[in-house]
Amino acid sequence: MSETYRLSSAGRLTPARTARFTFDGQSYSGLEGDTLASALLANGVHLVGRSFKYHRPRGILSAGAEEPNALVGIHRDAARKTPNVRATVQELYDGLTAVSQNRWPSLAFDVGEMNNIASPMFSAGFYYKTFMWPKAAWTKFYEPRIREAAGLGVAPDQPDPDRYGHCYAHCDVLVIGGGASGLAAALAAAETGCRVILADEQAQVGGALRFEAGARIDGQDGWAWAQEAAVKLATMDNVRLLTRTTAFGYYAQNMVGLVERVTEHVSAPDAAAPRERLWEVRARRVVLATGAIERHMVFADNDRPGIMLASAARAYLNHYGVAVGRNVGVYTATDSAYAAAIDLHKAGVKIAAIVDVRDAPAGPAVEEASALGIEVLVGCMVVRTGGRLRVSSIAVQPKSGGSTRVIPVDALLTSSGWTPAVHLFSQSRGKLAFDEATQRFLPGEYAQDAVSVGACNGTDDLASVIEEAVAAGEKAARESSGKKGKPVSIKAETSENWTGGMLGSIPGEDSNAKAFVDFQNDVTAKDIRLAVREGMRSIEHVKRFTTNGMATDQGKTSNMHGLAIAAETLGKPIPQVGLTTFRPPYTPVTFGALVGHARGALFEPTRRTAMHSWAESHGAVFEDVGQWKRAWYFPNPGEDMHAAVNRECKAVRTTAGIFDASTLGKIEVVGPDAAAFMELLYTNPWQKLEVGRCRYGVMLREDGFIYDDGVVGRLAPDRFHVTTTTGGAARVLNHMEDYLQTEFPDLKVWLTSISEQWAVIAVQGPKSREIIAPLVKGIDISDEAMPHMSVREGRICGVPTRLFRMSFSGERGFEINVPADYGLAVWEAVWAEGQKHDAVAYGTETMHVLRAEKGFIIVGQDTDGTVTPNDAGLDWAIGKKKSDFVGIRGLMRPDLTAKGRKQLVGLRTRDPKTVLEEGAQIVADPKQPVPMKMIGHVTSSYWSENCGHSIALALIADGRARMGERLFVPMPDKVIEVEVVSPIFFDEKGEHLHG
Amino acid sequence: MLLIRCPYCEEERPELEFRHAGEAHIARPAPITDISDDDFEGYFFIRSNPKGIVYERWRHIHGCARFFNAVRDTVSDKFLMTYKAGEPKPELKGSSR
Repeated sequence: MSETYRLSSAGRLTPARTARFTFDGQSYSGLEGDTLASALLANGVHLVGRSFKYHRPRGILSAGAEEPNALVGIHRDAARKTPNVRATVQELYDGLTAVSQNRWPSLAFDVGEMNNIASPMFSAGFYYKTFMWPKAAWTKFYEPRIREAAGLGVAPDQPDPDRYGHCYAHCDVLVIGGGASGLAAALAAAETGCRVILADEQAQVGGALRFEAGARIDGQDGWAWAQEAAVKLATMDNVRLLTRTTAFGYYAQNMVGLVERVTEHVSAPDAAAPRERLWEVRARRVVLATGAIERHMVFADNDRPGIMLASAARAYLNHYGVAVGRNVGVYTATDSAYAAAIDLHKAGVKIAAIVDVRDAPAGPAVEEASALGIEVLVGCMVVRTGGRLRVSSIAVQPKSGGSTRVIPVDALLTSSGWTPAVHLFSQSRGKLAFDEATQRFLPGEYAQDAVSVGACNGTDDLASVIEEAVAAGEKAARESSGKKGKPVSIKAETSENWTGGMLGSIPGEDSNAKAFVDFQNDVTAKDIRLAVREGMRSIEHVKRFTTNGMATDQGKTSNMHGLAIAAETLGKPIPQVGLTTFRPPYTPVTFGALVGHARGALFEPTRRTAMHSWAESHGAVFEDVGQWKRAWYFPNPGEDMHAAVNRECKAVRTTAGIFDASTLGKIEVVGPDAAAFMELLYTNPWQKLEVGRCRYGVMLREDGFIYDDGVVGRLAPDRFHVTTTTGGAARVLNHMEDYLQTEFPDLKVWLTSISEQWAVIAVQGPKSREIIAPLVKGIDISDEAMPHMSVREGRICGVPTRLFRMSFSGERGFEINVPADYGLAVWEAVWAEGQKHDAVAYGTETMHVLRAEKGFIIVGQDTDGTVTPNDAGLDWAIGKKKSDFVGIRGLMRPDLTAKGRKQLVGLRTRDPKTVLEEGAQIVADPKQPVPMKMIGHVTSSYWSENCGHSIALALIADGRARMGERLFVPMPDKVIEVEVVSPIFFDEKGEHLHG
Repeated sequence: MLLIRCPYCEEERPELEFRHAGEAHIARPAPITDISDDDFEGYFFIRSNPKGIVYERWRHIHGCARFFNAVRDTVSDKFLMTYKAGEPKPELKGSSR
């Protein structure tokens, strides 16, 4: 198909540079510099989509970011299928593939259109009122069907293969918008030498100069001036000019989020380039030059393909050289649409008529239109339109009544005036003020260091816009950087008038007509009136009831119309009804841009111990523990997890096992008041702990609940080596620092995280001492010299060690701390010795089973933030003579000393082979009606090869008084009978500890 | 993203470097074992949560690691001032307590 609507006499694109593309499988040709929308229009294609709710045929409304209708899918390959792309924003490239959305089986014949025929049913609030019963059917039946029928594009089903960049930037002046006002402000600011960033969402700067043919700046055509200004700015060292870059969010303290589309317009993107780049700009001053957005007229059947904004038709003509029709009607309430009619007329396009609702329009544009012989029907309104897949006629009637005249058209341009784009100002928490004279919201009180210039500030005349922008740019530069440049002088003039217009719909229109306010969400004027009649008083309620302004275009063309209709129906002035809040993003932002590099392997750091490579090469299966990779178990060839863990568990209790405990949190507490500090932070007594001895410490929060635990060794009178749980390391240090800095600042204590500095090799089992003996120098490791719970400093394999005699398995055991750099070498030496004694390497699963056999708790598994030391059977760890420690008062609270608290006990299943599920609930009587009274739950549960039966730990109300009692664990398929037993399943007397 | 002035580093740093640490000027009673259940409830559980001026603790956790205090307006989300831990609570107009 050839570009039959492309005019050789108009536009700025180069005819020789063609680009091929397809839409719904049909091949077309366009020009470099086209948007998808302009290229489609050049080929006479107006029908591009189906509406959200009624599936009505829709065309292209605008020529910019505000587009509500022309949403398409852009497909590059199987993984790159971007839905809901605005055809008015998507730049054309050779080979572009676009598909329409929300239609089946085809765009021209869509079964969903029956929603339109049945539309009297689908009034505002229809879903809320209709699909209420039965309640359960909403999530299971109604919602999925509704979502299927109403909707936008289809999300891609493959992982996003593209890369996205993140940049931070600082500047003195950030100018948002590269139209006449933004360029003038940027030029003035840049002249001072201060750091300037100018961001514009279009491929080229110029803004409204793209279509505003009457603008002359510094003696030349406005568009040409803009391109020269861009070249000048781009060559200045102190200026960063970002095109294809949308400022989508205005955040605290002048931080503005920009998203730069780097490859979206490129036929074959550079594989090294990111698809998009997110900029987080911190600006001393922000100049908002975001322009204004034209509003459509609200009238019956105003949504047919071919009906578009007047300024859009001008942009397609003056910039892209495309006529949007051959017999074009205009329906307006403002002068600016006349300029579109005049431009088209001069380009040889027939203007069927200008229908103006105003009774006595006047001014140069009106006079020129008449002089050109264009028929102007004043005081008239369009009461309906004809055509299905494309507008074919308009019916015009005087507002005062009388006969209706049908005028054939193949396109209709509408304008009801311009809405200042105050979105970013509003996001910055500035207060909007309603200007009665011009019936629009303008920036009022500023909350941040920003200034608005040009159309977004309500300044209409081009000369005033430029003057205002230059002054604002100079002032922003001076105030942010203290710099002054030579005065900038830019002279501008235009014949065009952008003021006036109307809001809402014309009184007297057919109350059953579909006069669309919000095209994207299919909200009509009638829906808004209905919402008010049904009791919605606040605009926030009207919005949510009708969904006006809630689509992906966020009501850029519809909000003011909706507000005006609601205000009129309520009989209140507009400011009293209020405006809904603008929130980021201004236009949709991809998840990819927000996420940037933080995904996959870069989502968060992976922490590996010094011995990780050894475990890997010895076949370890790893598990994630926080950010750590920990060896879970070491299967021999042919072993499953169960077999490997059973073997590891047996070996530790008969010979020995070697375990990487490096992930334990480690904190060194040092200083003259170290012992006093430990007394305050842990429940245990520390002052009398001898140097060279260890103690199991329990840490509480102030409310009396267990916060962490770990073995603490005293290396010197003023030095403690504290261990924490793997997951608790950071928060325990934070907790300690908090008390040290803010509650006990007089204590002379220093806290140092040493988790990463020391690798820890646990050697556990009857042979542990024999294994390490040949490697240790300078430490007597006999039972007499180094009993259970002691610590010595010396050397192992020639490197310094802090050697702990301690056990989390219940066997004789050592934990060898060595500087992390030596971890692997020492591990290999220990492993070599271990081989002589049939030792095994074991992982976290075996560690868990062994400790559960001994009834040792894991904080966070057997406790949940509501467990006291007494509940956990750890009363012995509380220093009874202490007058203070964190949690001492919390423990006295009535609830914490009351009877009936859940206590830690052991459980044995009646069938020894049954392993309970962790988290399973426990009841006393399985025959009681549901909901049953649950008296506790299983916290840890394993198969114990050493015991020959399953074991479990549980928190049960009054658990210690229930020893021997039969309780029940109801599961979906059966009830498991259990017996309450001591939580120590193996070696109850603790004889193994001492060899 | 907020910029927060660390009173120890004496410069504004991005919010990412900090962690909020709850309401400020709640001193741990001494001796804590002597206080009533009601006083303990007030000390540990009850927080003011006003609309407007709040006194709160922050920690420059990814910087100097110091805890400090800040005065912030919850309506505008603006920091009015920051000051070192242990310094007296500044009286600002409009503060609720």
